[in-house]
Amino acid sequence: MAKGIEVKDLRKTYAGGTEALKGVTLSVEEGDFFALLGPNGAGKSTLISILTSLVNKTSGEAKVFGASIDTDKSLAKTYIGVVPQEFNFDIFGNPLNIVATQAGYYGIPRPEAIARTEELLKELGLWDKRNEPAQGLSGGMKRRLMIARGLVHAPKLLILDEPTAGVDVEMRRSMWEFLRKLNAQGTTIVLTTHYLEEAEDLCRNIAIINKGEIVVNESMEGLLNRHGKEKLENVYIDIINGEKAK
Amino acid sequence: MTSIQLWNAFYTMMRNDIVRILRIWSQTLLPPVVTTALYFVVFGTFIGSQLAPIHGYKYIQFIVPGLIMMSVITSAYSQVVSTFFFAKWTKVLNEMIVSPMPDWLIIASYITGGVLRGLLVAILVLGVSLFFTHLVVYNVVVLVVAIVLTSIIFSLAGLINGVFANGFDSVSIVPTFVLTPLTYLGGIFYSIQQFSPFWQKVAMLNPILYMVNAFRYGFLGITDINLVTCFGVLIGVMVVFMAVLAYLFRNGVGFKN
Repeated sequence: MAKGIEVKDLRKTYAGGTEALKGVTLSVEEGDFFALLGPNGAGKSTLISILTSLVNKTSGEAKVFGASIDTDKSLAKTYIGVVPQEFNFDIFGNPLNIVATQAGYYGIPRPEAIARTEELLKELGLWDKRNEPAQGLSGGMKRRLMIARGLVHAPKLLILDEPTAGVDVEMRRSMWEFLRKLNAQGTTIVLTTHYLEEAEDLCRNIAIINKGEIVVNESMEGLLNRHGKEKLENVYIDIINGEKAK
Repeated sequence: MTSIQLWNAFYTMMRNDIVRILRIWSQTLLPPVVTTALYFVVFGTFIGSQLAPIHGYKYIQFIVPGLIMMSVITSAYSQVVSTFFFAKWTKVLNEMIVSPMPDWLIIASYITGGVLRGLLVAILVLGVSLFFTHLVVYNVVVLVVAIVLTSIIFSLAGLINGVFANGFDSVSIVPTFVLTPLTYLGGIFYSIQQFSPFWQKVAMLNPILYMVNAFRYGFLGITDINLVTCFGVLIGVMVVFMAVLAYLFRNGVGFKN
């Protein structure tokens, strides 16, 4: 099976000298639901930003479904959908135009973009709000809008950065269901989250990154069994505390 | 991306720009019209009627091309610097960067937005000027090429400003302290032949002088500077700005890392 993501010895040193990634090697299988966890400042965002071309790497290789982010950048980008943690849509826009515009960036003609937008907004319960200013939507609606925007070009890989931050429990559960369905339909999903029960519930494989290095990369089940604990949260705390003690 | 996909992406960017320009017309289209109407009234009618003709034209006729050009410069620049900085500030720009759109397409889209607004404003200001004086077009090709090149140049300049801007102050500093003085000293209100040789040489360091003169030639058939030199300077400045932007985008200066 092809790798959804293949990263080899990826390094990033920022201009100020901060070494955000210290030779990360990681792979995510096609169709996986993968958790990328780590404390704040561990390097998760840098890794995602390199994959999505928002940050230039210092060295190393990265491929998305076999397309190199260096030599086949445009193709690699068509495979990726990103849902960032921050709300970064046009605050004066409405959901219909925000999502259809995103489709346009991927070369999708306007009529098809509108049709896809309608489908997604209906599925995510935002169709009634399609012409309202996005700025006025509730937090949960804004999150769903970001997911619709990330999916409008039908990416093979969806990267979710804290997709349920600030969302109430009921809404979070319904978003989980939506993401499970999406994954079952074949979309590879990479999830970063600080809600560890979310990762435990949704993801089959996991990597934990700390201080720019991968410290865990295995199946969720294997990790829990190996540590003899039922909750990912307990395992995670053990690992991070163990790393701090080193 | 295929050429059709590139076109669709370009169309999307353009569509949003045009909708924005028309939606907030009181901020994008009206101010230059009001400002230049006041210039026509004060400098053209009240003061201009007291002045001797320049190169055989009444003062108001002499300043019309420069005033149109001034509106184009300001509009094209502010269109691009404001939309790009806003996209950067709200991080909407990230969505363009993560998409497969090549850098040149993003640059071209912003520049086209600036050019469109510049030309739209030019048409409106020209319409206003016809209330104050009559105009004939001496050379339509020179006129069109001069105005399009100028709006491209100032759209590029606006984009460079937008790339480096890290706050709303940085967006307004260049227009206030660089663009406005250069525009006022760019031969809109006078012919540099009225200057001493020394000040003529100083004035010729200002690229806006070449734009205004080329455009004035298109309208009136008069210029203080050889037309080939005018277009040489315009094309040279445009190429330099394009090269700068290509470098900035390739390295993600101001919006990556």
